[in-house]
Amino acid sequence: MPHDDHDHPHTLLPPDPALRVKALETILTRKGLIDPAALDEIIDTYENKIGPKNGARVVARAWSDPEFLEALRADATAVVKDMGFYGRQGEHMVIVENTPDVHNMVVCTLCSCYPWPLLGIPPGWYKSDAYRARAVREPRKVLADFGVGLGDNTAVRVWDSTAEVRYLVIPMRPDGTDGLDEDALAGLVTRDSMIGTGLAVAP
Amino acid sequence: MTRVHDMGGRYGDGAVVPEDENGPVFPKDWHGRALAVTLACGSLGQWNIDISRHAREQLSPQDYTRFSYYEKWIAGLADLLVETGVLTQEDLAGEGPDGPHPLADRAMKPEAVKQTLVNGGPADRDSNIAPLFEPGQAVRTARPAGNRLVDGGHTRLPAYAAGATGRIVRLHGSHVLPDSSAHRLGEAPEPLYAVAFPAAELWTDPEHPGDEVVLDLWQSYLHPA
Repeated sequence: MPHDDHDHPHTLLPPDPALRVKALETILTRKGLIDPAALDEIIDTYENKIGPKNGARVVARAWSDPEFLEALRADATAVVKDMGFYGRQGEHMVIVENTPDVHNMVVCTLCSCYPWPLLGIPPGWYKSDAYRARAVREPRKVLADFGVGLGDNTAVRVWDSTAEVRYLVIPMRPDGTDGLDEDALAGLVTRDSMIGTGLAVAP
Repeated sequence: MTRVHDMGGRYGDGAVVPEDENGPVFPKDWHGRALAVTLACGSLGQWNIDISRHAREQLSPQDYTRFSYYEKWIAGLADLLVETGVLTQEDLAGEGPDGPHPLADRAMKPEAVKQTLVNGGPADRDSNIAPLFEPGQAVRTARPAGNRLVDGGHTRLPAYAAGATGRIVRLHGSHVLPDSSAHRLGEAPEPLYAVAFPAAELWTDPEHPGDEVVLDLWQSYLHPA
């Protein structure tokens, strides 16, 4: 039940954010409820092991292999799991493909839902009030903040991640990339292009 | 009426400021600690993801607005630890006893981190509720947006999409219903759909006649249109 009439216990912690986290970590550690070495491991995972390079490999392969793309369309979760990209905040994946007619863009207006196994921890702007508030109402102006302009012939489709489904945008493959292998193609896939606030870069 | 977190469509927030893609994952060290403490406490098994989201949403509008992202996480976590009885107010004030806690044997160990993150927490479930809608079908969302099981409770229908008419894009299978799960009323899984709404159905001044917003919505949020 909501407990709106109660005092908020968090006010008992120190107000400074860094001290507040430290105080809570200390209290929990002294009671054996958390192990600081496990926290180090979690941080190392998201700083060094899981990030947008995972998603870029999926996109590069989707650009290169029509059968792979077809499998992604049918069941993206199973396909990326086979590549080792499954887990927390990526338990049910769906891909959305950009075309000359439709540009896809992902937001979470209610919190900060984001496909962690493929893109890592979301950047600050994705979690900002401005992005959460504006992306659904004026996506073209938000795209302009990123330096992206779309023509009148391209419709914008904004995906508001309101459930435990996570969306990965497959950006359009840049022109002039016919001879490139998957590794080279992956280098053209930016994080923002897989959220839909950017485009893949030309070689 | 929903809560302060439900900000889709709001005016007045200013520019979105892009960031260097090669910048730090955690711009401040305490950001990473806040995320890690929150994830580690999840292993104590005292709440689910819907309960933890609702804890952040229950921050006062003043706190929700002035807190940075990970401050919301830590405040929500502290409140939840007390609400579930894992910690006392005295503990948070630094005046509680040290020593082993009854839940200490559940603490996440470093060697368990990888598998815990790989396992995740899927919300897909079997359900005995049959899908009522199919792709292409017109539907209208409930209005007003709000939890119909618990007054002021958690829901995932944003206010901006309440009472709007759209069309089913796809069926995602059946998923845990957050409106129930966030209040320990059971998982109550039901069909979940992606539903597309023309921008003109949602906004007074849409940017382009072809633009759409797609939301993931549970069957009980929807009526035939």
